[in-house]
Amino acid sequence: MTDETRPEEFSDKSKKDYSHIKGWGIARDSENDPTYPMKNRLPEDNEGYNWERPPLQPMDIEVLKSVERKNYPAVFGKTLPPSGLSGVIRRAAFRKSESSFGRWVPLILADRINMVEGIVDDLKHGVVPNFFKERGWKAEWKYNRQEFVIKSAVAVAVGAGLLSALLWSANKKPTNYH
Amino acid sequence: MLAMNFRGPFRVRADRHAPYPEIEHPEDCIVRVLRSCICGSDLHLYHGLVPDTRVGTIFGHEFIGEVVETGSQVQKLKVGDRISVPFNISCGRCVFCKQELYGLCHEVNAQATATGGIFGYSHTCGGYHGGQAEYVRVPYADVGPTVIPDWMDLDDAVMLTDVVPTAYQAAEMGGIQEGDTVVVFGAGPIGIMTAKCAWLFGAGRVIIIDQLDYRLEFAQQYAQCDAYNFNHLNDPVVFIKQLTDSLGADVCIDAVGCEAAGDAMNTLLGRKLLLQGGSTTALHWAINSVKKGGIVSIVGVYGPTNALVPIGNVVNKGITIRASQASVKRVVPRLMQYVKDGIINPKELITHRLPLEEVAEGYHLFSAKRDNIIKPVLIPPSA
Repeated sequence: MTDETRPEEFSDKSKKDYSHIKGWGIARDSENDPTYPMKNRLPEDNEGYNWERPPLQPMDIEVLKSVERKNYPAVFGKTLPPSGLSGVIRRAAFRKSESSFGRWVPLILADRINMVEGIVDDLKHGVVPNFFKERGWKAEWKYNRQEFVIKSAVAVAVGAGLLSALLWSANKKPTNYH
Repeated sequence: MLAMNFRGPFRVRADRHAPYPEIEHPEDCIVRVLRSCICGSDLHLYHGLVPDTRVGTIFGHEFIGEVVETGSQVQKLKVGDRISVPFNISCGRCVFCKQELYGLCHEVNAQATATGGIFGYSHTCGGYHGGQAEYVRVPYADVGPTVIPDWMDLDDAVMLTDVVPTAYQAAEMGGIQEGDTVVVFGAGPIGIMTAKCAWLFGAGRVIIIDQLDYRLEFAQQYAQCDAYNFNHLNDPVVFIKQLTDSLGADVCIDAVGCEAAGDAMNTLLGRKLLLQGGSTTALHWAINSVKKGGIVSIVGVYGPTNALVPIGNVVNKGITIRASQASVKRVVPRLMQYVKDGIINPKELITHRLPLEEVAEGYHLFSAKRDNIIKPVLIPPSA
């Protein structure tokens, strides 16, 4: 690595010779300066939403739509329609515009609730989530074993401590002052 | 079929009973996936930072595959074609597609107007399943996909679905002129490739900034650029000013996005409390490091909520900010030629090839930056 502790010594001393860099300068475009637009302007730029639309995908499930759109797009994703409590929150969130925190923060809340719904759904289908595997900890065991063991031991110790404290608190006899 | 299945933040699994995708529209095709990368931006989903990421979503927006079924109106592709599929879905007819802004298509995403449709990237980006699966539905099959030439290595082809086009466009949006000093923030796959592409536009000096030494060493070799670890600098902005005779870099590129490290407040607000659309540390540094009148190019991914940026400095320094999801279809033909001519070698970025069954380990490896990982690729058993 370059020593970056004295940057003044690393001011540009290149010899302006880029022959060692294959392809240097082949994509140069002197017109591409900040004032040069990158899009290809078209006459229909100012004609609004009037292009010839592709065939419309049949709508046979619930797909939430941004209030900033006037219609559904011709094609859309058909996966995972809103459901359960998370779905109720998502529907409410979609009543707000994309410029509102009221749109995005509830969606994040819905995502977290959806995670719990996913666990419940797994259990209902006889699947016990394997958190060790799902979190990819096999890779951690392989490539970062020492730290993984230490972290796991600390987590177990803290968990055991909390559990002990809770049990002790629950079993403690109330003091009778009478 | 076998597919990745998102179960919540930091939890994914390989699901052997995922439903086989169906033709939903006459311009769809079904693709048997041959390669599928895990992208750095997939980690934003994996970490729970993207709103409306529903449990059960199949991630994967960087994939290639073989056409196994076509809709009734597909003309250009046929069963058996091996295709490279851009990460963004585009109709080819709306005013944005006609302007070659294929990442901004208006006929693909019901859920948001601020973003187009992206495979496997939450319902905010259209609610499509992605390609970390054995099979995937590809809408508008005649528009986005490109048939992979016989001479092209599949590992190169999969890197042309996102990494190389995004990096190339990052450099292009920088408006780099001959001799310019370009600073790239982030030495992930996109940042490394951006540094490489900056030379193609005639940069005079390319500098990359990150905090992981193994990535900086890789970038230094691969992209022939100067590489610096911001953890070893008192202040990256002052450092860049010192390197540029106090004026600042001509072009700064944010190739980090919403999970930038390096600033406690941004980390707290953007990554822990989710009170803004990500940590904007890299963008702060880019804005403050660029020369007056310079250009900041942003390809790092941020969430849709508000984010703190030094907008006063943008105004006072007369900075131009250019940002976009890459218009993959627009740039793929020239990038294929660059690969053919040996100017860029995208597959050299791939450090890990994993069977799809080990998707959970792949995500953890990439997220935790273990085993000097740069770019992981998943290979389905049916590939």
